[in-house]
Amino acid sequence: MKRHLISAADLTRDDALLILDTAEEMARVANRPIKKLPTLRGRTVVNLFFEDSTRTRISFEAAAKRLSADVINFSAKGSSVSKGESLKDTALTLEAMGADAVVIRHHASGAPHRLATSGWINGSVVNAGDGTHEHPTQALLDAFTMRRHLAGAPDGGPTRHQDGPGDGTGRDLAGRRITIVGDVLHSRVARSNVHLLGTLGAHVTLVAPPTLLPIGVETWPCDVSYDLDSVLAKSDAVMMLRVQNERMNAAFFPTEREYARRYGLDATRMAALPEHAIVMHPGPMNRGMEITAEVADSDRCTAVEQVGNGVSVRMAVLYLLLGGNEPALSENRTEENK
Amino acid sequence: MTTGKTLIRGARVLGGEPQDVIIVDETITAVGSDLTVSSAEGATVIDAQGQVLLPGLVDLHTHLREPGREDSETVLTGTRAAAVGGYTAVHAMANTFPVADTAGVVEQVWRLGRESGYCDVQPVGAVTVGLEGKKLAELGAMHDSAAGVRVFSDDGKCVDDAVIMRRALEYVKAFDGVIAQHAQEPRLTEGAQMNEGIVSAELGLRGWPAVAEESIIARDVLLAAHVGSRVHICHLSTAGSVELVRWAKSKGWNVTAEVTPHHLLLTDELVRSYNPVYKVNPPLRTEADVMALREALADGTIDCVATDHAPHPHEDKDCEWGAAAMGMVGLETALSVVQHTMVDTGLLDWSGVADRMSFRPAAIGRLGGHGRPIAAGEPANLTLVDPAYRGVVNPAGFASRSRNTPYQGLELPGQVTATFLRGKATVMDGKLT
Repeated sequence: MKRHLISAADLTRDDALLILDTAEEMARVANRPIKKLPTLRGRTVVNLFFEDSTRTRISFEAAAKRLSADVINFSAKGSSVSKGESLKDTALTLEAMGADAVVIRHHASGAPHRLATSGWINGSVVNAGDGTHEHPTQALLDAFTMRRHLAGAPDGGPTRHQDGPGDGTGRDLAGRRITIVGDVLHSRVARSNVHLLGTLGAHVTLVAPPTLLPIGVETWPCDVSYDLDSVLAKSDAVMMLRVQNERMNAAFFPTEREYARRYGLDATRMAALPEHAIVMHPGPMNRGMEITAEVADSDRCTAVEQVGNGVSVRMAVLYLLLGGNEPALSENRTEENK
Repeated sequence: MTTGKTLIRGARVLGGEPQDVIIVDETITAVGSDLTVSSAEGATVIDAQGQVLLPGLVDLHTHLREPGREDSETVLTGTRAAAVGGYTAVHAMANTFPVADTAGVVEQVWRLGRESGYCDVQPVGAVTVGLEGKKLAELGAMHDSAAGVRVFSDDGKCVDDAVIMRRALEYVKAFDGVIAQHAQEPRLTEGAQMNEGIVSAELGLRGWPAVAEESIIARDVLLAAHVGSRVHICHLSTAGSVELVRWAKSKGWNVTAEVTPHHLLLTDELVRSYNPVYKVNPPLRTEADVMALREALADGTIDCVATDHAPHPHEDKDCEWGAAAMGMVGLETALSVVQHTMVDTGLLDWSGVADRMSFRPAAIGRLGGHGRPIAAGEPANLTLVDPAYRGVVNPAGFASRSRNTPYQGLELPGQVTATFLRGKATVMDGKLT
């Protein structure tokens, strides 16, 4: 593994599978009465959040705590940052306090890259979402979720496990058709997913109004469509992206209702999906906008499952970045493999 | 600093055959072969074998930051940097604090330049009060002041109101002024961080589309034609802008344009590092744009090279991309970058360099005493370059107060070994005097 996790594009297929397989092991820990491993005891993980994101922050916090790391939550709001402290000085402060890993969420694209390459800190940097650039752990948890549902029936075809998701260990997403719908232009989730899903062999189609696709998207390793209905029947998973409130008044689309009509997922559209297909959403959902309540609450929607998987995947990332060669988990592995 | 008599021996004048040049006090007195000075005269003799003698370089676009941001540059440090770069005149942009939108401020900057003694400073006046694009500044007063302003620009901001731009173009005809437009349609570039294209899409940085520059250029060349005035386009950065200027010139309209050294060399691929040293406005574009700009500079569609020297304090670049200031220093590396991109590639010879970096910018600015031929009787504003030199750019050695160069660690050709401002050496043996 590399020292940092900045971009999903940095992960090779082997890296990605190692993280996903490790996450499967971590998921088993969550099923134990005592959901804790001693692996990162004595290590310090800082959640450095320049942007409000309670969901991502508590997911990383739960992940680090289940690995017995000490967790420090640093929220920019109400801190020295709001008094004008620079990223550099914040980083130097964390370094002085002995942070082994910094999980950073920042409104500026590239801030985690800068933190990792500037020489300000020695610890590992994990990108927990930077601007409109990337959110690699979200892509990993999405892939983890897809793999559990779609990684293949015994006959090799895609399947939705009727009894719930199965163990995807060792498998990639070769040949799976993933449709990502919505505000691709501003979405770090979409960018990370395009990279990672491509690495895992999936075929990605982006669907959005032309205003919400970046200039240059035609060079991305995926297909692009302006028409949601035309791709539904060919989708093994449909991922609905959140449409931010601030897009509403910037002429990206005429009205919310028109957006929902053309690009929202409702029951009729869901019925056009293959029987095995799943519906995904990174959350938080705008019910009635990109997804109707009926779809969000259906058993095909994995939004809640994704949250749980997020903790396992983030445990795997922290474990591999910080303690991958230490014996604690290896012993566990051995025990579990008995 | 030395004055008196100087003999430059064996310099290739404008890159031609080796000749000797004699300077007495402020003036070139002789250019020819086998010139001599008697040792009794105490003349300085420079052996310029293999070196190229150019007219002192003229920059149409420099940010000296004084008054207001003396932490990044002062007129003194900026003119020292200019001298090191071979410049004998620079146009100081108006976006200071306070803005150079009155006779008082332009005269202050002009006086600071005179006092520095390293390089003539020609202040540029703001087009509109406070660079706000709303109300014309007192252009006539700035022209009539001791600073004698003829170039007006809201640089850093675009004069985007078509009526204000039209009026400014018309008004400055009364004193042969020129409006230097920073072409950037503001609505298309809100929050823009880098060139809009393949790289910005991947990096998730807000794009600065080429059309935001080109649409303003298209409008302004039409306006200039309509009112019969002169417009100068600052820091042209796209292939499309080149086409528009080429078209306007083919119509015989009075349009001139400049390109920066960094737009002749660097592309938006560098932004992948997220290193804010590459953050600049207009942004670094694509390889195709770079090649179009080089070609246009070679064929004269683009009239001149202007540095857009934009000093910033360290902390304004030592941060995340989104928080960083836009701009690069350029005075001390401009000639090397031009040699590297234009001369060493065979696109331009040294007389072409003299034209694009001295004759034409001086003519656009209507600057007397600069951009003159190297001939007897002309003012001795001269730059001596050693084109065989190769060196690695080390910002620690800059004369500028700021270090925000994109060329750190890069090997570039050419070194200014001497600069003469009205006969006085401001640089000798590659060092400030």
